[in-house]
Amino acid sequence: MKQEFTLSIYSENHVGLLNQVTTVFTRRHINIESLTTSESAIPGIHKFTIVVFTSREQVNKLMLQIEKRIDVIKAYVFTADEIVHQEVALYKVKTESLLNGNEIERLVRQYGARILEVTKEYTVIEKTGHKRETQELFEKLDHFGVQQFVRSGRIAVTKLKEELLSNYLKKLEKEKSLLD
Amino acid sequence: METQTQTSTMEAKEMKKKRMSGSEAVMQSLLHEGVDLLFGYPGGAIMPVYDALYHYQDKLNHILTRHEQGAVHAAQGYARVTGKVGVCFVTSGPGATNAVTGIADAMVDSTPLVVISGQVASPLLGTDAFQETDVVGITQPITKWNYQVKRAEEIPEAIAKAFYIARTGRPGPVLIDITKDAQFAQFDFEYKPVNKVRSYKPRTAVKADKVAEAVRLINLAKKPLALVGQGVVLGGAENELMEFLQKTGMPAAWTLLGLSAMPSDFEQNVGMLGMHGNYGPNVKTNEADLIVAIGMRFDDRVTGNVQKYASNAKVVHLEIDPAEINKIIYADVPVLGDVKESLPMLTDMVSKNNHEAWLSEFKACDKIETQKIIQPELFPAKEGLTMGEVIRRVTEQYSDDAIMVTDVGQHQMMASRYFKFKQTRSVVTSGGLGTMGFGLPAAMGAKLGQPDRPVCLFVGDGGFQMTIQELGTIFQTQADVKIILLNNNFLGMVRQWQELFFDRRYASTELINPDFQMIAKGYGIATEKVTERDDLDAAVNRMAEHKGAYLLEVVVEKEGNVFPMVPTGASVSDIRLE
Repeated sequence: MKQEFTLSIYSENHVGLLNQVTTVFTRRHINIESLTTSESAIPGIHKFTIVVFTSREQVNKLMLQIEKRIDVIKAYVFTADEIVHQEVALYKVKTESLLNGNEIERLVRQYGARILEVTKEYTVIEKTGHKRETQELFEKLDHFGVQQFVRSGRIAVTKLKEELLSNYLKKLEKEKSLLD
Repeated sequence: METQTQTSTMEAKEMKKKRMSGSEAVMQSLLHEGVDLLFGYPGGAIMPVYDALYHYQDKLNHILTRHEQGAVHAAQGYARVTGKVGVCFVTSGPGATNAVTGIADAMVDSTPLVVISGQVASPLLGTDAFQETDVVGITQPITKWNYQVKRAEEIPEAIAKAFYIARTGRPGPVLIDITKDAQFAQFDFEYKPVNKVRSYKPRTAVKADKVAEAVRLINLAKKPLALVGQGVVLGGAENELMEFLQKTGMPAAWTLLGLSAMPSDFEQNVGMLGMHGNYGPNVKTNEADLIVAIGMRFDDRVTGNVQKYASNAKVVHLEIDPAEINKIIYADVPVLGDVKESLPMLTDMVSKNNHEAWLSEFKACDKIETQKIIQPELFPAKEGLTMGEVIRRVTEQYSDDAIMVTDVGQHQMMASRYFKFKQTRSVVTSGGLGTMGFGLPAAMGAKLGQPDRPVCLFVGDGGFQMTIQELGTIFQTQADVKIILLNNNFLGMVRQWQELFFDRRYASTELINPDFQMIAKGYGIATEKVTERDDLDAAVNRMAEHKGAYLLEVVVEKEGNVFPMVPTGASVSDIRLE
């Protein structure tokens, strides 16, 4: 059964790492639904958050192939209930359409969105939330004509008490000293 | 006092550091890694490295091949027979792209290589400069690791890391791309071997609970079958394997790359797995109640149809690479780690057993195979020479003690079936990638790696011509390679498939060949051509007695087939005997 998985991949911060990670998906014909990269809480360690829609079996194999890349430190896979996640969306509408009635203002309030910039010509609205929510707002705003719409990739943190990566790094140090 | 001590340690440190160019640092780094032999081909972007090599010729023996693909295959041959890391130099652009086939081959066959490629000067990167290619991008999916060096200071660490990664864990090829300006730049050289990389875990400590589970299954099994892969050879676990097999008494079959991990005549050795493997181990895979896979990866040529593979068996998988567990065949008990470590743990705990009745079932299969296939192949009644009889004659000549190198195709399968082995690391063949043209340069590399062992290359007339230019390297190095050219004037394996699956439509498989005798003579290589059975015996004798490289061309039956055969998509137990 296919379902949505969020992958957290931690790697060294080298040139070409993105390519290393994404070719694992390409080679197996797995579509990346969204992808975000940033520095992690640990200096020098980069984090990729990738959303895929696939089977548990396939995602497990994927994780092992990703971890096989030398510069990847560790990869974790989560289902939606194991993480707190968020996306941000920007909507550009004509300012004119705000002036005709208060429907847009109502939508902004209702969806907890905010207005980032207003000029004579256009207004930029921002909403953070899950994809479903930002999509819903898009559909509603689009009645008034959305000129541009963009949604970021997912970012996520785990709900777990322990910090997986720092624990892993500690464990690694211990194991390596045992093997040496 | 304190200041004095500090100064002297600093002085000592400075002493260790020596100012030199990036290129010389490459030489020094290779020496630190114990390299004394390497292969390569010069060109613009790697000229500074070759210039540095000029001053190190007494310590580093560089073999100039005739093509970069040859250099990489030679390094593979060298690595496979010695267990050391094979090293190559290639230039940027076409030099690097020519190396790609060999690198990909080394990747699938887990061969440790360090390939050093020259690159255009760093200010030119990304400008489509002369002979610039994105070699790091190109080789990213076919290397275990690769890295581009743009500053001379990075060279020692990059090379140290390259060797560490190439040889540890599941070995593989590493490419280091060095820009020309980094080769020229001067810096203070200091070498620190790498034995730790934070993001890289070469192996896992074997888990005792998994071993216990495996032991329980092994002790319960009535019909266990061990599958022996190259992991045994790479881990140097041949003795550990024998001890395990002798105690459990279970039959053991080897994969193509597992050949020579145990002696051919070992009683429990039931032969080769896979598409053209032996009848017994293929058929019995589906009767076994336990599969003990040892350092092998369930390649599709081994499994046939995976849905119908080992259908009655539980699977214990001993494997160093976590990504291989459950990749193709579900492992009831995965035992992660080096087989050199896990096998003795199993041997300690398993009960002493023998499986005579089960082994005799394999012998019964052997009888059928001998009668239907082996006998007619090795002792043919028909007129034309068969590949099998030539291989049998050669292996007898060397008392099963030679290194067998093959190219790819029918002769490869025949040689793997009929060549006999006494000692480990006696096989050099292109398994996973199936690279035609692999054989000739790999044989030369193997001979240079093991100069005291006879090296016999079996090659077809198709593959021979893919890297035939390496005869020049063999001539130049005087490498004593015995080349047995099994010439059927066909691309035999493709022709066999056309015969069996494409209604004998022989599209582009018949070859009008040159006079190989003249070619060998042109390269100053002793040569002989055999067309009649009666001449074979004496010809093999002459080849063996000749000191130096030798081409023995044997014209074999035009339309010989390799059997048994598991057709694509069929189950291993549906193996065809004709």
